Amino acid sequence: MYDVIIIGAGIIGSSVAYYLSQYDIKVAILEASNDVSNGTSKANSGIIHAGYDPKENSLMAKFNVEGAKITKEICRKLDVPYNQCGALVVGYNDEDINTINTLYKRGLNNGVENIEIIDREKLIELEPQINPQAKCALYCKDSAIVSPWELTYALAETAVKNGVKLFLENEVTCIEKCEETFVVTTKKDKYQARYIVNAAGIYADKVNEMIGKKQFTIIPVKGDYYLLDKSESSKVHHTIFQCPDKDGKGVLVSITVDGNVIVGPDAKVVEKIDTSTTSSSLDFVKRKAYKTISTLDFSENIRNFAGIRAKSDRDDFIIEESKDVKNFFNIAGIASPGLSSALAIGKYYLDWLMEKETFQKKEHYIDTRKKIRVRELSVQQKDELIKKNPLYGRIICRCETVTEGEIVDSMTSIIPAVSLDGVKRRTNAQMGRCQGGFCSEKIALLLMKYHNLSYKDILQDDVGSNILLSRAKEK
Amino acid sequence: MYDLIVIGAGPAGLAAALKANQLGLKKILIVERDNQLGGILNQCIHNGFGLHYFHQELTGPEFAYRLIEKLKDTDIETLTDTMVLDFDNNHNVTIINSSGCKILQTKAIILAMGCRERARGAIATAGTRNSGVFTAGTAQRYMNIDGYSVGKNVVILGSGDIGLIMARRMSLEGSKVLACVEINPYSAGLKRNIKQCLEDFNIPLYLSHTVTNIKGENGRVSEVTIAQVDEKYNPIESTSKTIKCDTLLLSIGLIPENELSKKAGIIIDKKTKGAIVYENMETSISGIFACGNVCHVHDLADNVVYEAELAAKSAVNYINNLYLSNDSIEVEYDNNLSYVLPQHIHKQITEKFVTLSFRVKKNFKNCKIEVKDEDGKVLTESKRDYLIPSEMAKIVLLTSLLNDVKGKIHVSIVEEIA
Repeated sequence: MYDVIIIGAGIIGSSVAYYLSQYDIKVAILEASNDVSNGTSKANSGIIHAGYDPKENSLMAKFNVEGAKITKEICRKLDVPYNQCGALVVGYNDEDINTINTLYKRGLNNGVENIEIIDREKLIELEPQINPQAKCALYCKDSAIVSPWELTYALAETAVKNGVKLFLENEVTCIEKCEETFVVTTKKDKYQARYIVNAAGIYADKVNEMIGKKQFTIIPVKGDYYLLDKSESSKVHHTIFQCPDKDGKGVLVSITVDGNVIVGPDAKVVEKIDTSTTSSSLDFVKRKAYKTISTLDFSENIRNFAGIRAKSDRDDFIIEESKDVKNFFNIAGIASPGLSSALAIGKYYLDWLMEKETFQKKEHYIDTRKKIRVRELSVQQKDELIKKNPLYGRIICRCETVTEGEIVDSMTSIIPAVSLDGVKRRTNAQMGRCQGGFCSEKIALLLMKYHNLSYKDILQDDVGSNILLSRAKEK
Repeated sequence: MYDLIVIGAGPAGLAAALKANQLGLKKILIVERDNQLGGILNQCIHNGFGLHYFHQELTGPEFAYRLIEKLKDTDIETLTDTMVLDFDNNHNVTIINSSGCKILQTKAIILAMGCRERARGAIATAGTRNSGVFTAGTAQRYMNIDGYSVGKNVVILGSGDIGLIMARRMSLEGSKVLACVEINPYSAGLKRNIKQCLEDFNIPLYLSHTVTNIKGENGRVSEVTIAQVDEKYNPIESTSKTIKCDTLLLSIGLIPENELSKKAGIIIDKKTKGAIVYENMETSISGIFACGNVCHVHDLADNVVYEAELAAKSAVNYINNLYLSNDSIEVEYDNNLSYVLPQHIHKQITEKFVTLSFRVKKNFKNCKIEVKDEDGKVLTESKRDYLIPSEMAKIVLLTSLLNDVKGKIHVSIVEEIA
């Protein structure tokens, strides 16, 4: 019997778990996929917005501004790549200038600090490659970028280290309530708890309706992206937005924490959950991006992907106890700025729970995390590390300089990587320009070795994504 | 202090080190990132190697073995499972392996890092990110080194040689290869591979076609859409058709791996994606030479070896203080050529001949190659029955012809009337 069951191990579920794990609360996370951070949390722009965009007095504004501040602190504490690179919203015409003025005022009203409107000259100084037709920009120094999956891992790992139980491959199929106890049935098992947090992302409406009346509908909005090689990074220094227009919030061009350039997304409402990219969306994104930086070289593209925003039919986040099921708490419709708000949302749920019941703060709470990233060390530091563990001297991924030691760490960590993409997200191996052309095979062999798997069990990512179908000579 | 550090132990690196040793160089080190010498040759178990250099048809591993065997009679040092993290214009080379990380110094460097395969991102093919999309070389490594097959029903995009070789290989291993799809109106692979790997196995080759979408089901590729393309390479919607398959192999080109070279400040040619080199294979940084696929992508390992030997000879000259003045002739070319190598020729050259390597952009029949000086005077010309993009061609220039050339020479193709 748990105190709280969290459904979904994305950034929201992991953030809630992280905060709850600081107290003597029995928590379980149920996740449908075979890994944490495997839905929207792994496929987004990775921006920590400062909070000038959401409308005044909205939940989005409140949680974004608060969340952005906590994120900086937590990234430092839990060793998550974070870079306060600043954001620019670029204007090209009079209408844009009006929008920029509105955003500026909204930012001030929302309590965002360090924002200003800059002229063309200053803009060119900050971004020399910006489209020469740009007239001015909103400049927000506090806007930052993170690795979204690494932040999710950091929160989930810390939660698990502090006693939270994580159950992967446990898609929830049924929720019942007997008196004060919820019984949650998954494809694998049954779990009981007194409280439920619905953090099921794009499936949040379905999960809510497993026990309660319809209160909202999730409208999946897909966005396609390009990820360009680090060779393009000299052209971009900030997160650069265009003014929102009839086509949506606009395509951004940004550096990433790994030094790549990310370009996207568009916004297409989709019927079913499908993260396929389409050539029409990719063409649209490319065309729009040229408006920001006309010199971008898309032949340096290394990967396309699509992410799905879990927008809801309300114009704001849904962060509330179910209207008809007591102790069932919905955190839904967490579209942008969801990543920026996640930590404030997690903290909010803890506060909500603490008003209902009293829990003791844990005495021996582990609130640190340190990863070895060989590529960040000096020659001497590398040498010293290798003398202690020779595996840190064996480069597996040449493009991102990732060693066998780091890959073994990812496979033996508290939430171990079980797939090629699981290793990728945890270590950066296969994330570079050859996209695993050379190292995916080496990592597959390491997965077999360290998890004692047959070749048949090697997965690209989630269950079903098998890599090797037979031995040679087998029909 | 080393005399020479060679980065990479594929055919280029091995041949360069052997030649340098033969010419009397003493302290030579080869650094290889894989766990054995030989490079990509080790996974190329098909034959067709060595016809020129060894006058015998060999497999890739046999070709590598011949070179590796020769190493045994030398005092060339080798480090496998060792990666070069950095080198600079002062010839400091940072290496890392399981015994540590350190900086080595050397008088000269030969770059022989080879190339990598272009991946799906390079052509931004839309669709699912499910498993089942591999570069042909990755599938080849799984198959030939580890003994695993990546798929049962396979479509191949691109007609590069590795893709063609894998079409045959996977057919022989029990997979069904359903189609080979090439966006250009001509094949990117060698003629003999089209015949032996596709035609002999009844695998259809769709020229002027591409894959426009990849569909997946339950985590794995389930279907691809192919379509014909127009002259501008845009897919023609009405010609779309789907092929049910579980695997898409990509053989869409190779890119010289020059991230280290770029970091060191070596100037890269936008066309070859390799270092800009002089006729002696020296890069824009003196004392650093490049050869093989890191310089420009070759069709034949034999040609790589010849080029490596030239680089080695030049490195030995450099170490022996036979400096060449940077005064040079620039090599230009017309729009029918995709590149010409070398990009510069030293004026103060001692060799009797200079060989220009090049590729054409489209098929030519009964044509001739002309090399002219800047006044339009023809220095040399050579007739060819045909020139095709998939085969690197060469023209040899007598050095004496360059005596009066001031700044530039120009290479062009003349289409002859049949």
